[in-house]
Amino acid sequence: MQQNSRPSLFLHKLRQGSLLYSGTMTFSKVTPPASSHLSVPPLLALAVRPLPLPPLQTVLSIVLLRICRSHPKIFDRLGEHARKRFGIEPTDLPFSFLLEPAPPRPRLSVVRDLPDDLDARISSSLAGLFGLVEGSLDGDALLFSRDLVVEGDVAAVLALRNAIDDAQLDPVAEIAGMFGPLAEPLKRVLQVARTVASVSDRSRKGI
Amino acid sequence: MELICPAGTPAALKTAIDAGADAIYCGFNDETNARNFPGLNFSRDELREAIALAHRRGVKILVAINTFPRAGAVSLWHRAVDDAVAAKADALILADVGLLEYAASRHPAQRLHVSVQAAAANADAIGFYTETFGARRVVLPRVLSVAEIAAIVREVTCETEVFVFGGLCVMAEGRCSLSSYATGQSPNMQGVCSPASHVAYEQENGRTKSRLGGFTINSFEIGEAAGYPTLCKGRFTTKYGTGYIFEDPVSLDAATLLTGLRDAGVTALKIEGRQRGRAYVEGVVRHFRQALNALDSGRPIDAGQLTPFTEGQATTVGAYRKTWR
Repeated sequence: MQQNSRPSLFLHKLRQGSLLYSGTMTFSKVTPPASSHLSVPPLLALAVRPLPLPPLQTVLSIVLLRICRSHPKIFDRLGEHARKRFGIEPTDLPFSFLLEPAPPRPRLSVVRDLPDDLDARISSSLAGLFGLVEGSLDGDALLFSRDLVVEGDVAAVLALRNAIDDAQLDPVAEIAGMFGPLAEPLKRVLQVARTVASVSDRSRKGI
Repeated sequence: MELICPAGTPAALKTAIDAGADAIYCGFNDETNARNFPGLNFSRDELREAIALAHRRGVKILVAINTFPRAGAVSLWHRAVDDAVAAKADALILADVGLLEYAASRHPAQRLHVSVQAAAANADAIGFYTETFGARRVVLPRVLSVAEIAAIVREVTCETEVFVFGGLCVMAEGRCSLSSYATGQSPNMQGVCSPASHVAYEQENGRTKSRLGGFTINSFEIGEAAGYPTLCKGRFTTKYGTGYIFEDPVSLDAATLLTGLRDAGVTALKIEGRQRGRAYVEGVVRHFRQALNALDSGRPIDAGQLTPFTEGQATTVGAYRKTWR
């Protein structure tokens, strides 16, 4: 592995039809991603496509508010970038997220297509994005392996990445915590899913 | 040998403690340190709390104030020195001779380390820092072979610290102006090489182009491993062809050289990467802690497992083994 050998560690390529930063804040179509064992299976992605987004929107809105309330230092680290609009695109799902963290009313919207007037766009597999949020994956390493694509305002993305990494978020606990008596069983299910993804990722990367 | 680990946030610092760091280096969230990136570093309160936590766990904190003070704004650097001392930092990592003089005269009991940014690459230069400012340790530039390090250790009276993992600078640290040329900002003055505010990634004809300050510095095929968007790791076309004319996108991994570095008399091993996330800190620190344990007990050192964390998904032993000579 020394002196410029380059193992095949690449998971995700850019998805056909997605929009990428082109330098003038307009976004252009790019090539499709390769399949990977970290991706959401295409059949599952197809199955969730017709599902209505409002229930997911409701859950994520509550989760975001809980996170912002319990981790106010996120906004210190975001600084001026809290007012930016971030498009977050899981490349293996048929929907995306629009994050507008500006206090006092931070918003996380689920959308079929991201708008054009974003400050920055972040694209990766769902597992990659999840790993970044919970801090189990390193953002620079994902960029080096091309499993993460960043476009637009790179400084804003860096501030967001560092703010989230320092917050030590536990998205599984945050989501499960909303479901009262169902929280513990749901947490176990989500933890199993996370462990499988993590083991798969570490095995794939040989670490 | 001590294991010196990076932390860009309080969470990364806790991670480094848990993973087995002997000491952790970090900096304030301003231009006084050479990793002045958005959302990174420590406020005064965070540093005080971090040092208290580390000391409870038996870990030392080294505060990097390793940029060169700007004329007319020196008080920012002086304040950083005073605040780090007040927070009970175990050592300050400094590069500028004026700042070393300030720290040595104002805080004579404070332990001082000479930053890699000072580019002290021979015994005479190091002797100047130890004799003039009482520096107790020098972080050696990444331009020396193991044999050269051994020769320096024999001649100097202070401790030596060397990098064993992470990003590499092909230029003499503290003297590189490539970032400044392209963006007006440099690690030496503003604490940031290739500032994110000047970086853009663009998609063009199926390739991803990285630009810095308006200059196109690289173009990657789909799936081709990448490095940081710095000029020194840019790919350029010359009359001899197209390629990496300064340096390949590759990270240092000196795990296989630990025996030689120990035998050379090195005091401390440093991991680069205050800009990296908790996952990197956990993975790399734990790996080198295990490597040092193996070294101490005479077991073989497990090397080459950290490639997924590296630039270009590739590693090198850099100047430690100068095969081009």
